Amino acid sequence: MSSTGSATGIGAPVRRKEDQRFITGKGRYTDDINRPGQTYAAFVRSPHAHANIKRIDTTAALNRPGCIAVFTGEDIARDKVGALFCGWMITSKDGSPMKAGTHPVLALGKVRYVGDHVALVVAETPAQAKDAAEAVSVEYEPLPAVADLATAQSPGQPQVQADAPNNTVYQWHLGDKAAVEAAFAQARHVTKIHLTNNRLIPNAIEPRAAIAEYDSGQDSFTLYTTSQNPHVIRLCLSAFIGIAPEHKLRVIAPDVGGGFGSKIFLYAEETASIWAAKKVGRAIKWTAERSESFLADAHGRDHMTTAELAVDGNGRILAMRVKTKANLGAYLSTFASSVPTYLYAPLLSGQYAIPAIYCEVDGVYTNTAPVDAYRGAGRPEATFVVERLVEVAARQTGHDPAEFRRKNFIQSFPHQTPVIMTYDAGNYAACLDKALELADYRGLSLRKAASERKGLKRGIGFSAYIEACGIAPSQAVGSLGAGVGLWESAEVRVNPTGSVEVLTGSHSHGQGHETTFAQLVSQRLGIPIEQVTVVHGDTDKVQFGMGTYGSRSGAVGMTAVYKAIDKVVVKAKKVAGFVLEVPEESVDFDEGIFSSKATNKTLTFPEIALQAYIAHKFTGAQLEPGLKEGAFHDPTNFTFPSGVHVCEVEIDPDTGTTRIDRWTAVDDFGTVVNPMIVEGQVHGGVAQGVGQALLENAHYDKTTGQLVTASFMDYAMPHAHDLPSIQIAMSSTPCPSNPLGIKGCGEAGAIAAPAAVINAITDALGHEDIAMPATPQAVWRAAQKSPARLAAE
Amino acid sequence: MYAFEYLRAESLADAAKQLASKPDAKLLAGGHTLLPTMKLRLASPGALVDLGRVAELKGIDKSGNALVIGAMTTHAEAADSAVVKSSIPGLATLAGGIGDPHVRHRGTIGGSVANNDPSADYPAALMALDATIATNRREIKADAFFKGLFATALQDGEIITRISFPVPTKFAYAKFPNPASRYALVGVAVAQTAGAARVAVTGAGNNGVFRHAAMEAALGKAWSAAALNGIAADAKDMVSDIHGDAAYRAHLVGVMARRAVAAT
Ligand SMILES: Cc1cc2nc3c(=O)[nH]c(=O)nc-3n(C[C@H](O)[C@H](O)[C@H](O)COP(=O)(O)OP(=O)(O)OC[C@H]3O[C@@H](n4cnc5c(N)ncnc54)[C@H](O)[C@@H]3O)c2cc1C
Repeated sequence: MSSTGSATGIGAPVRRKEDQRFITGKGRYTDDINRPGQTYAAFVRSPHAHANIKRIDTTAALNRPGCIAVFTGEDIARDKVGALFCGWMITSKDGSPMKAGTHPVLALGKVRYVGDHVALVVAETPAQAKDAAEAVSVEYEPLPAVADLATAQSPGQPQVQADAPNNTVYQWHLGDKAAVEAAFAQARHVTKIHLTNNRLIPNAIEPRAAIAEYDSGQDSFTLYTTSQNPHVIRLCLSAFIGIAPEHKLRVIAPDVGGGFGSKIFLYAEETASIWAAKKVGRAIKWTAERSESFLADAHGRDHMTTAELAVDGNGRILAMRVKTKANLGAYLSTFASSVPTYLYAPLLSGQYAIPAIYCEVDGVYTNTAPVDAYRGAGRPEATFVVERLVEVAARQTGHDPAEFRRKNFIQSFPHQTPVIMTYDAGNYAACLDKALELADYRGLSLRKAASERKGLKRGIGFSAYIEACGIAPSQAVGSLGAGVGLWESAEVRVNPTGSVEVLTGSHSHGQGHETTFAQLVSQRLGIPIEQVTVVHGDTDKVQFGMGTYGSRSGAVGMTAVYKAIDKVVVKAKKVAGFVLEVPEESVDFDEGIFSSKATNKTLTFPEIALQAYIAHKFTGAQLEPGLKEGAFHDPTNFTFPSGVHVCEVEIDPDTGTTRIDRWTAVDDFGTVVNPMIVEGQVHGGVAQGVGQALLENAHYDKTTGQLVTASFMDYAMPHAHDLPSIQIAMSSTPCPSNPLGIKGCGEAGAIAAPAAVINAITDALGHEDIAMPATPQAVWRAAQKSPARLAAE
Repeated sequence: MYAFEYLRAESLADAAKQLASKPDAKLLAGGHTLLPTMKLRLASPGALVDLGRVAELKGIDKSGNALVIGAMTTHAEAADSAVVKSSIPGLATLAGGIGDPHVRHRGTIGGSVANNDPSADYPAALMALDATIATNRREIKADAFFKGLFATALQDGEIITRISFPVPTKFAYAKFPNPASRYALVGVAVAQTAGAARVAVTGAGNNGVFRHAAMEAALGKAWSAAALNGIAADAKDMVSDIHGDAAYRAHLVGVMARRAVAAT
């Protein structure tokens, strides 16, 4: 669908409708909500990475002023409350199911990471809850901990979960091993690299929070929670935890201040709170402190990978072989198992025609916080592997890195990769050409010389990324082990005066759905954007939906709205036929006006809406009154956004400081609904990707399992001044698998950026020996080594 | 945060009296070190005596050949002060590089000096400039005031009132920020006074801020960045942590010192 050029339609840089309330402090986040008689929760957390719990004494805590109740894992177990679980079954190479271990809501006999949940304390005020939590006396028997991914699977290491020998959750693979081995055997050149994909802590501005409430009159529960997918949370709490049937459980995710994946999952805190709300008979509020977010939000990434690329004498890629260890933490979080497997290996073909790929992944338990999806989820890890490999291979075989990429680009679509995916559309060379031009690739040598004169080292790095968004065809993910379908729902309710409410199963936590979804309605129904309200995040208001993650709200969520609008238009035309007294088939609808060749009368959309509700022009036998339609959209394929990011750095070899001088992003997101919002998504994504490349690192002490980077004093977040002004351009091919042509844009920057930065730094240094995060200390040390573009090992 | 009693002092004498009246009372200046520590429950004073209204602790003046800054002067006030900028411009720059705007509008020079965080910026300037710390009881030279990690010569009940900086001929401070906290990973202050050179290093030393004798000697002979070539710090005296090991810090001391001199 093309842009109409309308001021508020698809393609218009409409100012965000929600920003008035956010900027004036009128947003309504979970912690802003207070319920009558509300109490406060605090959690007793494990100070040990691994320990047996010998005894918990709650007497002193219960005697503290204001303390109402203290609950332990045994109290929950006594009530037969279900355990937390992982919703994606991964099958190992040998056909055995993954070793999921146990994940009690509150620890039972054992704690497995620093921050693990030991007891829930409920009190009259937050301070009293904390005081009482401190008074809970827990006798631990500390056990040796395993916090080092490199050695966690070695024999004799401490065992995190009894069910998973050698801390191995699964040993999974994808691709044709024999074909890959044959290709490597005849390769002219093999590039081999070792990569660390550093562990990240999500750090949404709004910490996680929950208010749990039980209404004994209705025998029903309400949970306000910081979720990206309230219906999925309700489903989990109902079907797996057993809190209440779905119709007796309302989940509300009000304004949510950022998620980046970390608010997809069902966590212990809200689960324990909703269970306890009935016990104490009063609402319970819990708001994480920042320290708790560091310790107990699901972390991201954390891979160790060896990757190899086989190249022929003409610089054509023959095959790729990848072996990855993925740290999954001490328990499997809700979607943890899928991230380093099906969200990772199927992206290893990148933008390239690679005849054969084989990838092995070991999922590994350690005594660290659970690891799950974080902006990009698997795809940044895949792009980092592909784009580092391709870069190093180009350098080692004496090719210009841009031309090496171009030579190996997929040229025609659809393209079946050797790792599941069928890419439907793209024009990779067009993105590259535009990027080279905007980045002034030709002028690079002059800029390098200018830097050299200042005693600085300049380098350029490319990242030609691909991602799979719009997850996903339900049948396809079902066959790969997903426990749910990944469609989306929408309902479009037209009011009698012609204003419209869109109820969507997508959830906005920063993405701007209240604006973009309204733009779609404005364009399709020809009504002003102010006449449209988008309702989301409340299971009592909105039909079941799957929520927002994986850049799916545009491609999947908006398509559901699109389909519901189709149905509204069909019905409205029927109404128009009666009102205009012409055959229904002769009614046209364009830019908000109903007309017919059979009459010179016309009607506006609000006029038809009114007619639909007063129902004076047709009988009940001819047509149902009202104007409200719903749709479920199950995509037929993933979408494949792609692009080329170019990063140019200047390194000060005396201090190791890396300054990003230029950033060029040319992206193919298909149809762009709101370019201003899309640019914002690219900015944020690049910032997070630069953060990963240069600064961020969740550092656990290898022997004690203590989180060393447990506050912003030690966990380095990117600041505005760490980022350059980002030059953004689009080079779009519409997505063929949805009527809007949308591919998705939410993760692109975070996916593209790390490889672009590291490729630029290694170009500047003249060798490949640097790992993420490339901190000043690491770069300084790397700059001492002599430039030698030899084998990367 | 544990419960505590909040007391507000109206004058310096009142502050001293209130502080003495409770055994576990602490002074509250900008609160940007003390309150986060209390929120983390790492400190639990029974009472806080707020210095915010004590007029005697405010103000920036030039007195003879000295720049005098009141203890309750915020970093932002020092950074923006015309008096500071004209007498010791490098000190204004230092104050303007502390933390972020929130921190600079709350945090004070008195609080920073009293706290003596081994990564704080001001202590290096005080040492390099041979500053004098005045309290409600006495005057203490910077060299005698800073006594290692978070330790100072302050006695119980002693309140810093102002800091007096003899105006040097040259002064600059070069800071290499910690990538996470943005405190000094290494910060070097260099000052030239009538004939003598002084160099003080913060962020790096495993016993807090220190003066660098070899650099002072070299700069005493010739005030130039080149004079410092080949002089670093001894790695065995350096802090080692995830942001920078001892060798890196020792190297950075040399780099930052040369950059500071070059900036004068
Ligand atoms: C996010 C953040 C970033 C920061 N970045 C930096 C940085 O880059 N560089 C840097 O140097 N600092 C930094 N700081 C520290 C900041 O400068 C603090 O403000 C300062 O260290 C303490 O000053 P304060 O006025 O806030 O003191 P408070 O926190 O109120 O008090 C600190 C201590 O000093 C005592 N005290 C206060 N005033 C007096 C007095 N007049 N006499 C005797 N004792 C007194 C108090 O009792 C307390 O023990 C940062 C702080 C934060 C929160």
